[in-house]
Amino acid sequence: MSQNVDTGKRRFLTAAASVVGGAGAVAVAVPFVSSMLPSAKAQAAGAPVEVDISQLEKGQLITVEWQGKPVWLFRRSDEAIANLASLDSNLVDPDSQLATQQPDYCQNEARSIRDEVMVMVGVCTHLGCSPTYRPELAPEDLGPNWKGGFFCPCHGSRYDLAGRVFLNMPAPKNMLVPPYRFNGDNSVIVGENYEGAA
Amino acid sequence: MKSLFITFFLFVFSFPLMASEAVHFEKVDVDITDKASLQRGAKTFVNYCLSCHQAAYMRYNRMGKDLGLTDDQVAENLMFASDKVGETMTIAMRPADAKKWFGVTPPDLSVIARSRGTDWLYSYFRHFHLDDSHPMGTNNLTFAGVGMPHVLWEQQGYLAKNEKTGELNVAQEGPLTKHEYNQYIHDLVNFLAYMGEPSKLQRMALAKWVLLYLALFLLIAYPLKKAFWRDIH
Amino acid sequence: MFSGFMNWVDARFPASKLFREHLSEYYAPKNFNFWYFFGSLALLVLVLQIVTGIFLTMNYKPDAALAFASVEYIMRDVEWGWLIRYMHSTGASAFFVVVYLHMFRGLMYGSFKQPRELVWIFGMLIYLVLMGEAFMGYLLPWGQMSYWGAQVIISLFGAIPFIGPDLALWIRGDFVIADATLNRFFAFHVIALPIVLLGLVAAHIIALHEVGSNNPDGIDIKKLKDENGIPLDGIPFHPYYTVKDLVGVIVFLFIFSLVLFYLPEMGGLFLEAPNFIPADPLKTPEHIAPVWYFTPYYAILRAIPSIGGSAFPGVLAMGLSIVFLFLLPWLDRSPVRSIRYRGPYFKIALTIFVISFLFLGYLGTQSSSDITFGISNTLHSQIFTGLYFAFFIFMPVYTKFDKDKVVPERVTD
Repeated sequence: MSQNVDTGKRRFLTAAASVVGGAGAVAVAVPFVSSMLPSAKAQAAGAPVEVDISQLEKGQLITVEWQGKPVWLFRRSDEAIANLASLDSNLVDPDSQLATQQPDYCQNEARSIRDEVMVMVGVCTHLGCSPTYRPELAPEDLGPNWKGGFFCPCHGSRYDLAGRVFLNMPAPKNMLVPPYRFNGDNSVIVGENYEGAA
Repeated sequence: MKSLFITFFLFVFSFPLMASEAVHFEKVDVDITDKASLQRGAKTFVNYCLSCHQAAYMRYNRMGKDLGLTDDQVAENLMFASDKVGETMTIAMRPADAKKWFGVTPPDLSVIARSRGTDWLYSYFRHFHLDDSHPMGTNNLTFAGVGMPHVLWEQQGYLAKNEKTGELNVAQEGPLTKHEYNQYIHDLVNFLAYMGEPSKLQRMALAKWVLLYLALFLLIAYPLKKAFWRDIH
Repeated sequence: MFSGFMNWVDARFPASKLFREHLSEYYAPKNFNFWYFFGSLALLVLVLQIVTGIFLTMNYKPDAALAFASVEYIMRDVEWGWLIRYMHSTGASAFFVVVYLHMFRGLMYGSFKQPRELVWIFGMLIYLVLMGEAFMGYLLPWGQMSYWGAQVIISLFGAIPFIGPDLALWIRGDFVIADATLNRFFAFHVIALPIVLLGLVAAHIIALHEVGSNNPDGIDIKKLKDENGIPLDGIPFHPYYTVKDLVGVIVFLFIFSLVLFYLPEMGGLFLEAPNFIPADPLKTPEHIAPVWYFTPYYAILRAIPSIGGSAFPGVLAMGLSIVFLFLLPWLDRSPVRSIRYRGPYFKIALTIFVISFLFLGYLGTQSSSDITFGISNTLHSQIFTGLYFAFFIFMPVYTKFDKDKVVPERVTD
């Protein structure tokens, strides 16, 4: 059967066919894999949301839906803003070093563009529950040192009014600040980056 | 035996020719890569069609992307019925109301070019004529008894039907000449054809690469087969 | 390292043994021609349909209120959804093209004859399940043609005496085709029938590898073996036929891509224009024709007039036209398998049969009252239906008295 067999040629062509065929198989896999990414419909539903904050009073919190997640917008009192610095020694990441938890333009003491308006994704960084808003000072259940913040009912994680997590809590990171920008004085667009930012 | 195979294929592929409709419409050449034409058609579509019909599967931002328009341009020039570019082209009219006013619910137009065909549409838009016996005061040669009024009279004017010859003659001049109106409708039909299958743009762009790849693969696979089969006699 | 791993596997699972038995030491006749590509191509299309089907299922909604929109959602909003959908819709037609050519090969070279009767029967069962699969799949886009096509076919069951109306009601699960019908067809299309299909394909291949492949000469290559017990005219399937089939696969994919990218609707044969209108139970499209691969049977159905107010004779004829195919191994009395050594009677009969089948296929797409070549399509259908059945009914006679030629000892080419 094998008088005039050129094994070198066979081997070369087999290798070439395997490479070209393999590349084709990978190329065919691309549409199938990417068909599982969010569709145009899901992307449209996750599009930026414009929120009117003209009626938002100090201490008040409103929740809007963005990309299917609850996003909180609340207005902090001057006292609450002043209190933020005093909590630093009790926090995991007081300076918001972890860059993935907020856009660059919110990596500051108040974790916001404007000190009084706070925007963040209302999802606990522990296991994804939505914490409750506890703006009051020193309530009975949270102790005398409570200066307002968030308490997660699932596993008891505590955050301050900038979404920064306290030490020794189940939650590992500060709550997420989404990209957002102001559109005039009284409107916030959640999901669009602050002017000048990437 | 090979000729039998070829006969089989010829037979299968010639079906559509034999199965074509008895009524012949003027053929219209659509070119969904002609962005200027699509943009003009889109403008007509949102101005005239999108008040009663919807295109519930077509998204504004997809249209903008394919027609070479930014989201802002789409929002400013082509969006009157919605406020977000990610939304589909829906309208506020309730189907029940529409049925009351027109006798039928105006159909969704997303895939109208695929169900009616572009030749039919091109013929339809140009053959409205005055007809007092019809509630809307107009009728259509291509679609007799259609519930839709001649909304494009603002462009075409009105035609009247000569009962003896069946021909349509100008009864009231419109701002567009006959030639201009044909072009105007051509753009609209072109847009409807695009909207029927926006992915056709991607399909056409990808096609040659896939075929080129397969041809290249064959250039390796055939010598491979030869190399193995040399020792089979 | 690799051989060590294979030893470990082989001690637990017969991987190498299976590879040898079905590929590297499965001896296939060396004279396979063009017609022998279609078996492996059918397998390829089956895999293609299953994979694309799975991905379509991720976005399709089997709900009468949502189905049509979900198909357009796949075509527009899902990334690459259009490609996956067109692969599936073109694949359905490609499946039948390939299977019909595969079956014709069997007819031509007598692959159904002893000892391959079960290979043929399993193949016919595959064909039957495939028809069910295609029929149910065609309802899913929930367009006008989906709806009314299914309506007509299910009504066929209603023509069966006594139990018909109840049977049709049971199949639909409602008084008309409705959400319940769509939902159950979806279940059959994506789960039940594919499982049966895979089982039958396995049985088809196991039966084939038990008796060995036929060839264009219809010679039993196992009669003449060398000193090692290897058929003189046999060559290992792998690598010889794997590299040859690879060429076939690429050529097939080239043609498949041409259709998929440039003619996905195939001028209305693969995707029909009325199917871009959502199903409307109150309005029948002007002209209902089944998808092209069913049209020969549809023509047979329409050729038989109702008798005594019952449409059952037509339904019966349609059923019989498929039953006869099952009986082929026992209807053929010729000692010769391949058409190459058959006498003129069989050659003429097969030619007439193929022409009848193709022309019936054409007639099935046409209105039955139209006139072609001066005679009405109904009469045409009746003539060709008669010829179709004559092929089977007279087969025991013409094959027995045919002037067959002498079959050589060794394969030719």
